[in-house]
Amino acid sequence: MKELVLIIIGAALVNNVVLSQFLGLCPFLGVSKKLKTSLGMGAAVIFVITVSSFLAGIIFIGILVPLHISYLQTIVFILVIAALVQLVEMILKKYSRPLYSALGVYLPLITTNCAVLGVTLMNVQKEYNLLFSVVNGLGVSVGFTIALLIMAGIREKSEYNENIPVPFRGMPITMVSAGLMAIAFFGFSGLI
Amino acid sequence: MLNKCIERLYNGIIKENPTFVLILGMCPTLAVTTSAINGIGMGLATTVVLICSNLIISILRNIIPDSVRMPAFIVIVASFVTIVQFLLEAYVPALNDSLGIYIPLIVVNCIILGRAEAYASKNPPLVSTFDGIGMGLGFTIALTLLGAFREILGSGSVFGFKFIPSEFNVTIFVLAPGAFFVLACLVAFKNWTGMKKGKPAIEESCSGCPSCGTCPSSQIDEKKEA
Repeated sequence: MKELVLIIIGAALVNNVVLSQFLGLCPFLGVSKKLKTSLGMGAAVIFVITVSSFLAGIIFIGILVPLHISYLQTIVFILVIAALVQLVEMILKKYSRPLYSALGVYLPLITTNCAVLGVTLMNVQKEYNLLFSVVNGLGVSVGFTIALLIMAGIREKSEYNENIPVPFRGMPITMVSAGLMAIAFFGFSGLI
Repeated sequence: MLNKCIERLYNGIIKENPTFVLILGMCPTLAVTTSAINGIGMGLATTVVLICSNLIISILRNIIPDSVRMPAFIVIVASFVTIVQFLLEAYVPALNDSLGIYIPLIVVNCIILGRAEAYASKNPPLVSTFDGIGMGLGFTIALTLLGAFREILGSGSVFGFKFIPSEFNVTIFVLAPGAFFVLACLVAFKNWTGMKKGKPAIEESCSGCPSCGTCPSSQIDEKKEA
């Protein structure tokens, strides 16, 4: 139990996926303009990463390792993620309209999100079992959502700030804020 | 034909440099440029994958059905990434360890899928190969420059050769926040030089991406409003 809590804290705060590992930077910069859209994106990412680390874990432990073809992991994982996202989109569209209209637009975006593939590969690299993989996936995606929400809040304020030098407006000031957030997140490394 | 090939090289290295001009593939750019040697390693690994995948995709461009082209491209790219990973593991294990998880993540590097979609799937094999060489070298040069810059400021050395004493090093530049600051300054500099010529400021990291039409992130705002 203690180990699981440590994995969640480590993945969400100490080794934050965006701010210290630089995974999922494109959606982090692209969808952090408004608080509302970033909330939807965060929810979709939590869902997809948790489910895909579960599925990838099952396939790795159940199929690739017994057949001695674990070197195919990159190809298999990316296909699993792409298929999973399509499947989730179809299921939501058919059975849960409100959830689809909340998360639907973000789902195709996630296929090319390197954080999803990164988590599944990290699980294999650290030799986590199935439970640890799912918990790690949950921690990473919660960390992504935290970073995304903070960034959206900062950007809503900084968008109309006239004091920022003109060349720094837009993406550069966002990157500077991300750098300052990364320094702040260093403070969490004392937790474990 | 020769002129066309040289034009592709020039286009990839200078005119449409993936890092400095198009601002593509930011995840590996920020993550591995803690030293010049890591920058070269990552750049060359990406170049090899880019050349091979451009060549194969260009040869198969009339065979792959249009509706399944994206999964087909991803499988081709992923195969070459796996091969490159094995080669690195066998011959340069030290580099493989320091690049770690970012080697398999070359699969989702948007430069590679972008070139496959925008160039290799529409042009003959030879020119596509040169397009891959040009783009790959442009990426390698950019990563090496950024890596050298951060290494000089952060640890006072280039390619491991130390020439600034430790007291004068700004360690933050080899840590994660330094990567964000360096990229912010780079984009701000581009905005500043672009403003003089009357160009608009750079909006997102993916604006100007060649796969803009197929990528869903470009349509997200419109869809949300509809």
